[in-house]
Amino acid sequence: MSVVAAPGAMAPRESRLVPRLLIGAAVALSMIFVVVPMAFIFSRAFAAGWQAFSQNILSPDTLHAIYLTMLVAVIVVPLNIAFGIAAAWVVARFSFPGRKTLLTLIEIPFSISPIIAGICYLLLYGRQGLLGPYLLANDVQILFALPGIVLVTMFVTSPFVMREVLPLMQAQGSEQEQAALTLGASGWQVFRRVTLPNIRWALLYGAILCGARAIGEFGGVSVVSGNIRGQTNTLPLQIDLLFHDLNVAGSFAAATTLTLLALVVLIGKTIMESRRA
Amino acid sequence: MKSRIFAAAIALSLAGPVLAQDKILNVSYDVARELFEAINPEFAAKWKADTGRDVTIDQSHGGSSKQARSILEGLGADVVTFNQVTDIDVLADGGLVDPNWRDAFGNNASPYYSLPAFLVRKDNPKGIEDWDDLVAEGVQVVFPNPKTSGNARYTYLAAYAYALDANAGDQAKAQEFVKALFANVPVFDQGGRASTVTFAEKGIGDVLITFEAETGGIAKEYADQGFVRVTPSLSLYSEFPVAIVAENAKKAGSEEVSKAYLDFLYAPEGQKILAAHFYRVHDEAAKAEFAANFPEVKLVNVDDVFGGWDQIRTEHFAEGAILDQVFVNQ
Repeated sequence: MSVVAAPGAMAPRESRLVPRLLIGAAVALSMIFVVVPMAFIFSRAFAAGWQAFSQNILSPDTLHAIYLTMLVAVIVVPLNIAFGIAAAWVVARFSFPGRKTLLTLIEIPFSISPIIAGICYLLLYGRQGLLGPYLLANDVQILFALPGIVLVTMFVTSPFVMREVLPLMQAQGSEQEQAALTLGASGWQVFRRVTLPNIRWALLYGAILCGARAIGEFGGVSVVSGNIRGQTNTLPLQIDLLFHDLNVAGSFAAATTLTLLALVVLIGKTIMESRRA
Repeated sequence: MKSRIFAAAIALSLAGPVLAQDKILNVSYDVARELFEAINPEFAAKWKADTGRDVTIDQSHGGSSKQARSILEGLGADVVTFNQVTDIDVLADGGLVDPNWRDAFGNNASPYYSLPAFLVRKDNPKGIEDWDDLVAEGVQVVFPNPKTSGNARYTYLAAYAYALDANAGDQAKAQEFVKALFANVPVFDQGGRASTVTFAEKGIGDVLITFEAETGGIAKEYADQGFVRVTPSLSLYSEFPVAIVAENAKKAGSEEVSKAYLDFLYAPEGQKILAAHFYRVHDEAAKAEFAANFPEVKLVNVDDVFGGWDQIRTEHFAEGAILDQVFVNQ
């Protein structure tokens, strides 16, 4: 009897100790890996005072990098929303040969390194690339300019919206949409009044993830940017550049801006999550 | 504060449309950032005085082989200012630069030159004076990866040339020497500036080997750390070649301003700025004014020691060649 009772008696004590240990470990790790480095970024950025900080942020090249990063996000996110909804809708509502393959294709950017995306675009649109001579003849500049940066960022962020929306569409099924259709709604009405309201939180959540990724993209963009100061440097590239310019205060000031942008996005995401729950 | 925000708004609005004025893109090597930041406004002022036109000079910096690659793929450089002859040759092979580019400007199209030199920590605690001291036990040497960095290829060749000189031309002994040198390097960065950051910001290594121009700049930038510049007894004449990217300049109609820009590097004003940034120059007045920046050193050049860049490519840098054999701890 006592053999059976012993584990039962142990259980409450163990269940208090183990979670506490785990929570402590999680808190300690996130302090070491996240909070301390982030606090360090802010302290280095403000080390020389507010005046120096604002001077660093307001330097034309850094301002342009902020502008370019926001511009890229503003172009990329809506396009990815449209793409994500369309892709999720096709995959969730229709059964067709190659559906699994399509799903895998769309998820490729999740698994391959962004630098490979950059190099692929180089081989495709570069002067020596497949479409290069045609683009050159027609005076279309894609690489080392805004279009190239947008294309690579779109590649890297393309699965985010679709991945958030798809499970929800699959779980909800198509009954409501079919009911709306039998009641005489047009395709656009069905989309606007049935489909969209059903997926809106997942959609926003996906858009926010997509935006965060677009703002932070470094590797792929660095291949196609050409690093022209004040022109094709996005904020992450600008941070790297300032750091290697031995302008540590400037680079940390730019890093603070990027961190703040990310925090805003993170707060948005948290709100989304609580709304969704 | 308000006026600054206003200025910022103007900067943003200017960033969009291109104004009708002269504009060139100078694609350059990694550690030339501060140099062209100083040169560009001076040139713009001179161009304005000479022609009455405004000129915007855009800069792009990176490892010079990567930069050459980007230009081949369509980066719209009007001029290149590189630290490797071979990287402009690549552009010439690609049809973007005139094959006779070395004759287009003086001194084989190198307006200035430098050499691999050392930077050591305060008071030189390890007593490093020459290449010999770098292979001693317990000395940590920092320079970038010669596979990716032109800067490091010069370092490799300079060490090799020194060992050849010290051992009466014995190839085997020279290879042993560079092998011992590589063995003392704790970390190989991608480019020259990354190695500088490793040495100066991260505090790794007893000695940094990079262009003399960079050692001078860092010693000044980090004056509080008391780094000491050390010039070895022998080093390699390192050319910094320039060229007009003819195809791009023609298309953009920027040939005239591109040529004037590169000519400016040879002009007394340009040479003075270069010398102030610790680059060795040919202009006598600039040389005299900044003589203190440039200690005596015996310089050998690649043609005499190695038979030119083509031979270096096949004998040293090709796959499986000498560099691969001695570069064991990459």
